[in-house]
Amino acid sequence: MINAVGREIPEEVLRATGKEVFKGTYAYDNYEYTKAAPKARTMMDPKRSKMVQNIHEALVKCGIKDNMTISFHHHFREGDYVVNMVMEEIHNMGIKGLTICASSLGKANDPIVPYIDDGTIVGIQSSGVRGKIGEAISTGRLRDLAIMRSHGGRVRAVESGEVHIDIAFIGAPTCDEYGNMRANGGKSDCGVLSYAMVDAQYADKVVAITDCLVPFPNIPASISMTQVDFVCVVEEIGNPAKIATGAAKPTTDVRKIMMADYCTQFVIHTPYFKEGFSYQTGVGGASIASTISLGKIMQERGIHMGLGLGGITTPMCDLLAKGLINKIVDTQDFDMGAIESIKTNPNHIEISASEYADPFNKGAYVNKLDFVILASLEVDVNFNCNVVVGSDGMITGAQGGHPDTAAGAKCTIVIAPLLQGRIPAICTNVTTVTTPGETVDVVITDYGIAINPRRQDLIECMKDVKLPFCTIEELRDKAYAIVGEPDPVQFGERVVGIIESRDGTVLDVVREIKEYEFKD
Amino acid sequence: MEIKKAAMAGTLESSDAQVTVEPGNGTIELSIKSSVIHQFGKQIKAAVLETLDRLEVTDAKVTVVDKGALDCTLKARVECAVYRSNDIVENLPWGGVIK
Amino acid sequence: MSHPNKKRLRRSMMFLNCQKPGLIKDPYIYKPDSIMLDLEDAVAENQKDAARYSLYHALREIDYQGVERVVRINGLDTPHWKEDIRVCVAGGADTIRIAKTESAKDVRTVEEHVLAAEKEFGRPEGSTLLMAALESCKGVLHALEICESSDRLIGIALSGGDYTKDLQTVITGTGVELQGARQQMIIAARAAGVQCWDTVFTNLDAMDVFEEEVKMIKMMGFDGKSLVNPRQIDIVHKIFTPTQKEIIFAEKVVREIDEKKALGIGVFTVDGKMIDIAFYDGAKRTIALAKASGVYEGDL
Repeated sequence: MINAVGREIPEEVLRATGKEVFKGTYAYDNYEYTKAAPKARTMMDPKRSKMVQNIHEALVKCGIKDNMTISFHHHFREGDYVVNMVMEEIHNMGIKGLTICASSLGKANDPIVPYIDDGTIVGIQSSGVRGKIGEAISTGRLRDLAIMRSHGGRVRAVESGEVHIDIAFIGAPTCDEYGNMRANGGKSDCGVLSYAMVDAQYADKVVAITDCLVPFPNIPASISMTQVDFVCVVEEIGNPAKIATGAAKPTTDVRKIMMADYCTQFVIHTPYFKEGFSYQTGVGGASIASTISLGKIMQERGIHMGLGLGGITTPMCDLLAKGLINKIVDTQDFDMGAIESIKTNPNHIEISASEYADPFNKGAYVNKLDFVILASLEVDVNFNCNVVVGSDGMITGAQGGHPDTAAGAKCTIVIAPLLQGRIPAICTNVTTVTTPGETVDVVITDYGIAINPRRQDLIECMKDVKLPFCTIEELRDKAYAIVGEPDPVQFGERVVGIIESRDGTVLDVVREIKEYEFKD
Repeated sequence: MEIKKAAMAGTLESSDAQVTVEPGNGTIELSIKSSVIHQFGKQIKAAVLETLDRLEVTDAKVTVVDKGALDCTLKARVECAVYRSNDIVENLPWGGVIK
Repeated sequence: MSHPNKKRLRRSMMFLNCQKPGLIKDPYIYKPDSIMLDLEDAVAENQKDAARYSLYHALREIDYQGVERVVRINGLDTPHWKEDIRVCVAGGADTIRIAKTESAKDVRTVEEHVLAAEKEFGRPEGSTLLMAALESCKGVLHALEICESSDRLIGIALSGGDYTKDLQTVITGTGVELQGARQQMIIAARAAGVQCWDTVFTNLDAMDVFEEEVKMIKMMGFDGKSLVNPRQIDIVHKIFTPTQKEIIFAEKVVREIDEKKALGIGVFTVDGKMIDIAFYDGAKRTIALAKASGVYEGDL
């Protein structure tokens, strides 16, 4: 069946998952549903302890068994040890058939690949996967369909009961013996615990894992003791050097700076750039450079950002410190500067992933965005973006908040250099649709800027602006003139994963990769 | 042209290609590895074969390790390897068989 | 008649290593006035041949979108320069930069080979321009004869690294060691009616020092500078862009002179300044530069 972004979704996928095809970004607006609820166990006897000796004991006490769904968060990013240590123990216990529901999985989690191959893990639901797990899925080694969800989509899936978490393992930089968890003050600070909050609320069992046990009460807590069954102290929950790197030096790549300047010029010529505007940006070199150049203009003109949202890096915190931003509302910290800021600046505030981006709550922050600045591996002439599947057909990235913020923001800007080596970023058809083009307003490349024709209002307000505007087809043609017209990736038949839309419908499918064949 | 001895040109840097030619067994034996094989395999093969054809190389083992090179780079690397195998560095036929 | 591009705008001339496909693929994105595809120092001795094939196909197949394509060839004391000239001409390079030029004879030697190549490859005779890099004391002292050596010669460029070695000093960062060469070269270039470019600035961590240097060479009269990194282009262009005040003044000068000439008046005042016909060319150049820099939309 063909969905609203023109993708053919095989009937057997719809049958197997019970899902519907994507019908449009706002098809589920005003939709009524009943939230799921976890099975809880009371804690009335004050003499009873939540402390367990080790992961093994936690697993036993939680009643781990075959075919359960367990969850993790990815605030420790490439420095995460929690997923691997829990999975190793589960594997040692001989448990099979598990589904992992993680907010994301990265290269740090490569060691769990053997557990996919031996059937310990049969399902993966994540905002995306990098490294060897992506390879394992793309080469068809995972038994079940992998499900790729945006950050907001994951919260929706949990709240709506589409996925039920049996046990949530939550790595916490600090925790007390009763389970109050905080993201700061320990050995492996990660700034916030936003993605884990929904797990704590909706999982039947919640295990706090920490390497820094602090005296009771550890408050204000990101995740409260009221949701936590067990507390386990381990040697190390992560590698601090990889959890938060030092602030990236501002890029000196002229191409990125040029695109950042285009972006800033575009932003300031829209009607949304006014006192109190709201803004989110990614962590790429061009995105960071655009935050810096926008900051200069804000200062010159005395315009303040009312709300800075999202994954946070040092340049945003610098603007906050200068008084150019009123509030930063934070779901993830990418560097030491961001972590330091949330510890010390009262206007830098932690929120849950639900507050951030959930399409099925009663209103998320993304809906209040004026601007979001994003990146993309590919953008097609319908403005559809692909941020998950690489040009070799391999699953290699994550939706993260991309589809959520694009759907919410009044002005969604994607920055992408026209060519990555020989791979054109602007193409006729993206390999996989991960963010629908109807939510993408502007594409900025080093060769020119294309505004989505759906946004005649933006085209109108840029009429007299001196920027290299052209159509998206012109950008594609420029790219193809240089590198040639790319062939579509040769996939195998088997569907190995689905790209879920924010609302739970199927946006696209990902097929098994196969060895390239020359066709004569 | 005859491939007189093994010769190589190019690097494994991004946007480049490393091309090796060796004396063949009577035909063109072409092996291509590329970081962009799915999207450009066909074009890479065509560019390499066309270049060999123009140089009248009919008997060679040719190995291409491509890192996203444009056609103009692929041609340059093939030509360089072929002429190197003949120790020719001067009075090249620019605009003739090299084009 | 001399070549129509002989005096085109050349504020920024950016070096690119011919041996790096990633670099020569699309440098026009950075909008330099000229790129200088390097066959000389940037290319390792055993890759000189490889660089030529890359150069040939780049010249033939990449649309550099109006950016001047200069090629720096190997010095006349090497075994490479003759084949370098053949490939440049066959590929249709706009201009050849002669390394280590010491005399008018050097330029004429290159010119002969260029002419032969133009005949061999069926290119219009005289279509390939030349520029000379002066890299030694002798070269600098012979600046005038070099500037006057050929109709194809668009100008001379200082190559400070080799020149300071010949002087038995180093690049100090103060500019004192380059003062004499800069002065001598710009005077010679102007006397001969050709252009003149300053040497590269290689310390990319000292962009403020670079900026000061560009301001200085502009004041000295230079047409532009050889560059090593795209980060330097915008700075040069900004400094070489006339200010609104300069543009308005130049516009008035041109209009007044045109008007007063008809009335037979030789000397008059504009904004309180004494003006005569000697101001005309300078004012015209300011307007041309303003146009090229995209800051002039008037009708002159």
